[in-house]
Amino acid sequence: MSFLNLMKVAIRAIAANKFRSFLSMLGIIIGVAAVIIMMAIGQGSKESVRQNIQQMGTNVLTIRPGADRRGGVRRDPSEMQTLKPIDYETILKEKKFVTYVSPEVTASGQAIYGANNTTTSLYGEGIDYFDIKQWPVIKGEEFTEEDIRKSAKVCVVGKTIIDELFPDGAEPVGKMIRFKSIPFRIVGVLKPKGYNSWGMDQDNVIIAPYTTVMKRLLAQTYYSNIVCSAITEEMSNDAIDELTQILRTTHKLKDDQEDDFTIRSQQEMMETMTSTMDTITIILVVAAAFSLLVAGIGIMNIMLVSVTERTKEIGLRMSVGARGIDISNQFLIESIMISITGGIIGVIVGWTGTYVCELFALPTSIPLWSIIVSFAVCTVIGVGFGYFPAQKAANMDPIEAIRYE
Amino acid sequence: MEKKVVIELQDVRRDFIVGEETVHALRGVSFKIYEGEFVTIMGTSGSGKSTLLNQLGCLDTPTSGEYILDGTPVRKMSKSQRAKLRNRKIGFVFQNYNLLPKTTAVENVELPLMYNTRYNSRQRREAAVKALQAVGLGDRLEHKSNQMSGGQMQRVAIARALVNDPAVILADEATGNLDTHTSFEMLVLFQKLHAEGRTIIFVTHNPEIAQYSSRNIMLRDGKIREDTQNPHILSAAEALANLPKNNDE
Ligand SMILES: Nc1ncnc2c1ncn2[C@@H]1O[C@H](COP(=O)(O)OP(=O)(O)O)[C@@H](O)[C@H]1O
Ligand SMILES: [Mg+2]
Repeated sequence: MSFLNLMKVAIRAIAANKFRSFLSMLGIIIGVAAVIIMMAIGQGSKESVRQNIQQMGTNVLTIRPGADRRGGVRRDPSEMQTLKPIDYETILKEKKFVTYVSPEVTASGQAIYGANNTTTSLYGEGIDYFDIKQWPVIKGEEFTEEDIRKSAKVCVVGKTIIDELFPDGAEPVGKMIRFKSIPFRIVGVLKPKGYNSWGMDQDNVIIAPYTTVMKRLLAQTYYSNIVCSAITEEMSNDAIDELTQILRTTHKLKDDQEDDFTIRSQQEMMETMTSTMDTITIILVVAAAFSLLVAGIGIMNIMLVSVTERTKEIGLRMSVGARGIDISNQFLIESIMISITGGIIGVIVGWTGTYVCELFALPTSIPLWSIIVSFAVCTVIGVGFGYFPAQKAANMDPIEAIRYE
Repeated sequence: MEKKVVIELQDVRRDFIVGEETVHALRGVSFKIYEGEFVTIMGTSGSGKSTLLNQLGCLDTPTSGEYILDGTPVRKMSKSQRAKLRNRKIGFVFQNYNLLPKTTAVENVELPLMYNTRYNSRQRREAAVKALQAVGLGDRLEHKSNQMSGGQMQRVAIARALVNDPAVILADEATGNLDTHTSFEMLVLFQKLHAEGRTIIFVTHNPEIAQYSSRNIMLRDGKIREDTQNPHILSAAEALANLPKNNDE
């Protein structure tokens, strides 16, 4: 039978059992929509993570104390105290591929102004920090080299701190706030950054000279990190080599000793993040794909019912000259049509669903290939799960089929 | 002048193996049927009529012996070759009509031609309309199968058997589900087709019908018991006219 006629027969068979056909399509619809939405969210989050990291500067390098031990091995506390002022000074002296360097110490706690207080993080940084992070002060001033030398009790603050501590809209610059009972004078306000893609409020920070935080607050002589920037993103690896050399020398490590510090580029961070996102996306998509498998089994079930129901029709068609292949084509086309129609509706639902997700501020982006893949998968499902019922129909004995009641 | 042989059976046997036992449904059947004959095949239940008809209709192949349909030996043919042969050379009429549900008369009649790539849709429709006119349903082309009476449905089925201009029309108890009046109408139709030169094989257990055919083959236990020509073919049209007019469609 010609393809066109096979299509007509299939449409008629589907139309004759509209509700049943719809139910068997429903699985495909849900499956395809789920795959598309999952992929769109996965892709969208990945893009937004990438943008975020790019905003932070792709040439940023972070030196952390301790060997590179990913995977949660408990560290010796002394291992976390390997970054010392000597390291910072040597880097400043010998750097070639590195432009900016800033020691970093961190503390968290309550910031208080008058009757208002808020929980926040305090970062002790060098003056290069604002250049490394490309994070300008929009009101007031950055703190100065002088402030660092004198361990001055000054700070710049993020927008959230202002919102929390000065809810009445008072001018913050020049005001004294307290962090863990130490008074800090606000000298500047940072440009707002908003939330990052893993939901952290980047404006909930106070940044003070690292010397102040180390001496007056933490009473420690080592750094939490040292942040640097390579001259360009492309020179990141040279910068890492250079820093490694410097630190190994200052730490007096022998050749057979492993590094007691870890240098991570933003590039690497991005790769780690996106590969994590990829893994999550794959897990979500695989889960959604399983629903497609279940949908395929549903179609197979319906097709088997349909074949049995139409045994007499099959017998008749065979007796008037339909070959096995004509019969199997007829049922295959029917199952392909069910799954592709389901696929089309699924793509539309997936699209709508993605749009709704976007309304709820989830970053999304529909990769075109996910739609193409959905159609391919639907066809494969139609053929794959229609094959067995179609074969069953094609192998019927016309004599018995036509007598079937 | 020798007439053309349409069907030739040479010692056809058909055994069915049921569990441990072998059922000999046909035990060596031989006959020739010539073009233009109207043959009734009769016999009691279990005598092998359906088995024989399945052989003649190429729905089944003999265990031994040979069947030659319109010059083509059938025994060694593959399933799909036989499907094609049925499509081109045979028209079936079944006891229970076997029309496609919710489908119009024309579409039902077109069905065999759907499996013949030599017909395009226009030719298919033309042939179907012609066949429906031949069975007196020229005015019911677009009626759906579920809107028709038994007699009308059987006419559609006969039109479907005619549409491919077959070498032989095979009818299996084609009047079995119909009342007397309608049965005679069908016989009138078969006699008309016979008069037009068609070859018809009509399986029935009703001895009366044999009187309206040109030849009668009696089966018993899978063998031919009698094979007689009918010198005095009765007219179904006359019989119909003499029937009391209490049944109508
Ligand atoms: N498919 C089959 N399997 C086993 N036995 C069969 C089969 N078809 C027919 N028979 C047997 O062959 C014999 C002839 O059957 P059949 O041709 O149907 O007779 P009829 O149509 O004259 O009543 C019967 O004994 C029947 O039981
Ligand atoms: Mg029978």
